[in-house]
Amino acid sequence: MNRRGFSTGRVWAMLLRYLYLLRSSWPRTVELTYWPTLQMLIWGFMSQFLYVNSSYVFRAFGVLLAAVMLWDVLFRGQLGLSMSFLEEMWARNLGHLFVTPLRPYEWVLSLLSMSLIRVLLGIVPAALLAIPFYHYSIFSMGLPLVAFFAVLLVMGWALGMAICGLILRQGMGAEGLAWTVVFTLSPISAVYYPVSILPGWLQHVSWALPSTYVFEGMRAVLFSGVFRADYLFTALALDVFYVTLGAVAFLFAIHDARRRGALLQMGE
Amino acid sequence: MVEPAVTVQNLVKRYASAVAVDGISFAVGRGVTAALLGGNGAGKTTTLSILLGLLLPTAGKVRVLGEDMLRHRYRVLPRMNFSSPFVDLPHRLTVRQNLLIYARLYGLPKRRERIESLAEDLQIGEFLERPAGKLSAGQKTRVALAKALLNEPELLLLDEPTASLDPDTGDWVRGYLEGYRTRTGATILMASHNMAEVERLCSEVMMMKAGRVVDRGSPAALIDRYGRTNLEEVFLHIARGSRAELEPVS
Repeated sequence: MNRRGFSTGRVWAMLLRYLYLLRSSWPRTVELTYWPTLQMLIWGFMSQFLYVNSSYVFRAFGVLLAAVMLWDVLFRGQLGLSMSFLEEMWARNLGHLFVTPLRPYEWVLSLLSMSLIRVLLGIVPAALLAIPFYHYSIFSMGLPLVAFFAVLLVMGWALGMAICGLILRQGMGAEGLAWTVVFTLSPISAVYYPVSILPGWLQHVSWALPSTYVFEGMRAVLFSGVFRADYLFTALALDVFYVTLGAVAFLFAIHDARRRGALLQMGE
Repeated sequence: MVEPAVTVQNLVKRYASAVAVDGISFAVGRGVTAALLGGNGAGKTTTLSILLGLLLPTAGKVRVLGEDMLRHRYRVLPRMNFSSPFVDLPHRLTVRQNLLIYARLYGLPKRRERIESLAEDLQIGEFLERPAGKLSAGQKTRVALAKALLNEPELLLLDEPTASLDPDTGDWVRGYLEGYRTRTGATILMASHNMAEVERLCSEVMMMKAGRVVDRGSPAALIDRYGRTNLEEVFLHIARGSRAELEPVS
């Protein structure tokens, strides 16, 4: 029995719990792929329409599709983490978990792992379906796609942890944040249009987000075939900053919940 | 000399507008079954939560199984466990899935064998594959007990272990707990409102009121001291008595 330090066994135990939960409800599993696929279909047809009506999009047919799918990585990365966390809140299970030897950081690792699984289950089928539907493969982006995916996933985790910390602090009344906060970043992440469209002052805010570098970098790859390594490194540095901030906020919220006695009562 | 299983010294838990635990001290020897008694809001659950590491005290010292619970709780958490009928196991998972996960969290080596053995002991085998949310109150209590005994704890904390159970099931649970303590030498500390249960199971009782331990002793000694015929009468006397009559004991 490992009484001290990190245990992969405990991380796996928690991951197994979330996998059991996922398996226990097929509608929830279907829902994971439903929305990304629906988005892909809508934006795919939109792209086809624009393909014959716009010279800008003509130069890179997949730009909207790629933007939609990459945005989903950020959104589902955050939601995937928050949903697993909320499962514990709904089940009022925190009291049980924190009397076991489970460390908070082991729990966080299991939440991150489940988030990755949820993102892959949601995005990969949509990306594969785009190939027969539109003869477009996001995988043709090659290695930059891996980098973009990683940056957005980590940003989603950072946001997810901060939101979970807020829910721990404020209670289930703040549950809605898990579904809404990420959308405030959408207009300023330059997902569907270049950052230069934004007003000057908002551009500064936009460039403080890792996601902006990803979407600008994506357009550079698709329009010019150029991979902007400077964008990637800046995005990674920002990711490290935000994910550290998110983790600190979440772990502090757990500590604060122990001080307030909220771990035993927290729930619906 | 063997250190008590639980030692609490000058424990205080203060919230912004209330004092939940007001400088209590007590010790529970190894292999003993003890109870925290008191009305609602007396501070029993708060004390148990602090002993479990779920709640940080404002002041005071807590030693559990020879370790400082506030500084080294991860050394002792694998050796203790907890059960409460007010905190269900996750409803959507089956009983077996729940137990498997907790067995992994406690790092048990032979998980399936342990679950089968507990299932037989606690007579939960027939609903191992049923979602935990679809069990009756009695079944849930037995499953919660199975979860609490997975790691064969040296210290078992119980919050109202037989609340909402019919007399037959309640009696069965009490018998099982007695057997467990005799067989393993474990220490059991419970919070309860059921005086008959406490008289039957416990050799040590701490009477709490308004966050303080106002009296303590064996059930027989308390009944004798207050000139009553049973522990329930002692409880009522203390619960209804004025604060001036009941000075905290140290």
